[in-house]
Amino acid sequence: MLSIKGLNVYYGTIHALHDIEFEVNEGEIVTLIGANGAGKTTTLHTISGLIQPKSGEIKFMGKPITHVAANKIVEMGIGHVPEGRRIFANMTVMENLEMGAYIRKDKAQARDDYEMVFSRFPRLKERIKQVAGTLSGGEQQMLAIGRALMSRPKLLLMDEPSMGLAPLLVKEIFSIIQDINRGGTTVLLVEQNANMALSIANRAYVLETGKIVLSGSSKELVASEEIRKAYLGK
Amino acid sequence: MEFVQQVLNGLSLGSVYALIALGYTMVYGIVKLINFAHGDILMIGAFGGFFIMGAFGVSPTTILISFIVSMGVCAIIGIIIEKTCYAPLRNAPRINALITAIGVSYLLENGGRVLPFMGPNPKQFPTFKIQNYNFLGINISQTQIMTIAISILLMALLNYIINYTKIGKAMRATSFDMNAACLMGININRIISFTFALGAALGAAAGILFASSYPQVEPYMGFMPGLKAFVAAVLGGIGSIPGAMLGGFLLGIAETLTKGFISSKLADGVAFGILIIILVVKPTGILGKNEREKV
Repeated sequence: MLSIKGLNVYYGTIHALHDIEFEVNEGEIVTLIGANGAGKTTTLHTISGLIQPKSGEIKFMGKPITHVAANKIVEMGIGHVPEGRRIFANMTVMENLEMGAYIRKDKAQARDDYEMVFSRFPRLKERIKQVAGTLSGGEQQMLAIGRALMSRPKLLLMDEPSMGLAPLLVKEIFSIIQDINRGGTTVLLVEQNANMALSIANRAYVLETGKIVLSGSSKELVASEEIRKAYLGK
Repeated sequence: MEFVQQVLNGLSLGSVYALIALGYTMVYGIVKLINFAHGDILMIGAFGGFFIMGAFGVSPTTILISFIVSMGVCAIIGIIIEKTCYAPLRNAPRINALITAIGVSYLLENGGRVLPFMGPNPKQFPTFKIQNYNFLGINISQTQIMTIAISILLMALLNYIINYTKIGKAMRATSFDMNAACLMGININRIISFTFALGAALGAAAGILFASSYPQVEPYMGFMPGLKAFVAAVLGGIGSIPGAMLGGFLLGIAETLTKGFISSKLADGVAFGILIIILVVKPTGILGKNEREKV
């Protein structure tokens, strides 16, 4: 569904991604794990079109999207839950969801999708008119996920959805991710919490200073000595 | 009574400042640019009214047509200026765009001087025969009523667009976080164009109202009200729409009170004095928020 070949990204003179190659198949949960500054967020930003790569190719559903504008990429079916949630804190919960549905032209179906988001996140429905900046961290994360779902993505990019949340909430968020995946949305998950990420992902890639150093099924990686030492703290 | 009279005059002047200040503040909110050419849009708008009412006379219909045509033309000019002058500099350091804005301002002012149908000399702006209404010892002119009424109407309309329409909500989202707005599928270029168009249309309306009160037009006429409206935007909190409205009214009232009770020569001094004080005491303005620098 998503294939990335020979991707090189620079910030000025800093070489942030070196020849990144990976694939996400339809229906999968794939996770990119790695330490701070490994290039995980950069990878997602490049897929979404917020950053232009120097070279390489990104294909989505067989079409090249490497140089497509960010707003068009959303229309093609890639949703993005950004790092740090990035909700519109000055707008209400409902307005945030409406922004998620910005590209939707099918008003009736969009209305069903609002209901779908509210049934998934009842807390958001209770706070529908509340200004989003006043929500708790967990609620903001739910809003960020709900907002991304409103564009009906085929592929959902999720950047550190567990960041800054209490352990109980982290569990909840991860079960929601699995739920979304079971609903037919492919998920590319970026996480520092490698334990949790590997527990729900089908496959994983390990990024280190802008290079993919390891890849395999989650089971293989959990079993690997190297990964256990470096990322799982065991 | 004299005090109430001056406050009323201030409301009328302030509503014009508020309309112009909205253009500054909206553009700043989205692209973080102080568009110093904005005052000159006011001049173009005023000339639009001058040509239309000069040709067809002054009547409620021609006034309405003047507003619609001037606002439309200036909206288009606003978009053209943004696309040709500011868009290519979007990733350049901010100071480059700021200097460009000053350049565009000079271009419009001196361009107006050269154009044969505008020219450097002040021209009489066609207005109603002045008619004053008097209640309880307070005078209010037809022009003042028109100014306040149209300004409030336009501000209400803007408020509706910003808060209740899809594109208005997208403007707020873009202003809050441009990258996150991109990830919603919002076409940022369209939002920026729309913002410039909206600001320029309000500026054009302000131009006609301003020219009706000081009934003349000339190519430099936008300079001073443009600067004052910038002060108003900073006073209210640059980037804040209610702030621009509040700042405009406060500045207008401060100016007329100075004129009425101290000295008319001091009015400009007071306006810019306010700018200095606000920058020293509360640089974010009355309704402005402390913006955290995001990394």
